[in-house]
Amino acid sequence: MEEVKEHKAQSKAPAKSPKKEVVIAIKGLKKSFGKKEVLKDINLEVHAGENVVVLGKSGQGKSVTIQCIVGMLVPDGGSLKVFGDEVADMNAEELKHLRMKIGFLFQSGALYDSMTVRENLEFPLTRVLKLKDEHKIQERINEVLEGVGLIDAVDKLPSDLSGGMRKRIGLARTLIIKPEIMLYDEPTTGLDPITSREISELILSMQKKYKTTSIIITHDMECARITADRVVIMNDGKYIAEGTFETLHKSQDQIVKEFFKDIS
Amino acid sequence: MAAVQEQELTGWRKWFAGIGDQCVFFTSFLRNIFTGGFEWSEFVRQCYEIGYRSMMLVGITSFIMGAVLILQLRPSLVSFGEESMLPTTLSVSLIREIGPVITALICSGKIASSIGAELGSMKVTEQIDAMEVSGANPLQYLVVTRILAVTCMVPLLTIIGDIIGLIGGFIALNITDSISYVLYFHKCVAAIDFSDFLPAFVKTIFFGFAIGFVGCYKGYNSNKGTESVGIAANSAVVTASLWVFVIDAIAVQITSILFYK
Repeated sequence: MEEVKEHKAQSKAPAKSPKKEVVIAIKGLKKSFGKKEVLKDINLEVHAGENVVVLGKSGQGKSVTIQCIVGMLVPDGGSLKVFGDEVADMNAEELKHLRMKIGFLFQSGALYDSMTVRENLEFPLTRVLKLKDEHKIQERINEVLEGVGLIDAVDKLPSDLSGGMRKRIGLARTLIIKPEIMLYDEPTTGLDPITSREISELILSMQKKYKTTSIIITHDMECARITADRVVIMNDGKYIAEGTFETLHKSQDQIVKEFFKDIS
Repeated sequence: MAAVQEQELTGWRKWFAGIGDQCVFFTSFLRNIFTGGFEWSEFVRQCYEIGYRSMMLVGITSFIMGAVLILQLRPSLVSFGEESMLPTTLSVSLIREIGPVITALICSGKIASSIGAELGSMKVTEQIDAMEVSGANPLQYLVVTRILAVTCMVPLLTIIGDIIGLIGGFIALNITDSISYVLYFHKCVAAIDFSDFLPAFVKTIFFGFAIGFVGCYKGYNSNKGTESVGIAANSAVVTASLWVFVIDAIAVQITSILFYK
């Protein structure tokens, strides 16, 4: 706990105004799988328009937290409110409406591999937003594809795309429904440094364009540096430190230093 | 995302949990047929993938089966001086039992495994999760369409298989004997009664449902490791084939009670 106090004291105020609406509020979140306690006591507030990066070693439960946010997993204890509503108390219909406001970019991109890029992008528009106007649908597809710079890939199958292109299309597919919150699950994993940087910059530019609130789960420090308004470090099922990237970079805490040791 | 099981169950508890899961899956399937928009275009695409793409395999197998049955039956019937009964015997055995069961077993191998592997790999690559978190309904799009497509296509494939099997029998019979196609098919059709055709047709609907359901259940509920795809495909084939025999055994009892008392 001393560590937390130390880092909170060192941290600058979040880049975004603290008076902004709290979009995601997590208090004392707990989640276990069998005997393994993955989330022990997670506390986090994410404000509107803020980019929060969660850093942590693999297997620490970073992804579990965002899975709880979209209701894929039910927490064992604590409170998790999105837009002021407790996620665990939502019924199927309420959860569906919440999910329509949240975009989730999976580590693999999770493109539907039997569909072309166009069909992948049409899917949320026709099935989730129930759009019928073909002209409007094509307009939205062109808009997001131009945004991610892959307008030429519209009729390609996911198997014809590179890893970076799949991530971009995955991002386009989540952004096409214009979500208010974006959750990124290790968006740069498995990519070369140049493509990783491109994806990180794309995340930032899309966040500015669509004015989303984002949680980015990563262990790519370059991605964290580019995208983060605020960085949270997770260790042993708890958030042990938070602050801006620069603040944490200067931290003397051993665990925090481990993350930043390769950063010049 | 890491593959994490909520609870590790073993033995009988695991078996009962599996039965419970299947009941929940079945009720979700039923509920999703009638709620929300039906995915007609995906249903038609699945009918094409499942029906049309299986036709060649079912056709070749049925042709060989019809020919082999004639060649196997012939010596026995000749020894009784009853070779004229060959078309009748083939027709009854093919339409009542061998046609539906062989077609269903082929479909178990081809369709249940492909559905199990496809949905299993969609699970592994988080495509099903992606559909779910986007607010779309993966059950409606992936499961309902596939189960209904298999349920519709297996009876159709069986009818086609039966016809091709009879053609195979006709060609095989003409290798050793000489019979006109008019006489052959007249004998085949005359031997078939309503009580032969109807129960055989109805049981293929159940075969189709079982194949689709098992394939979807195994694929949709597979674990998230890559080996799970193979396990889902393999267990879909084994379970669907087993269900074909179980349904066949039940159907024969019901048919006996209703038609052959």
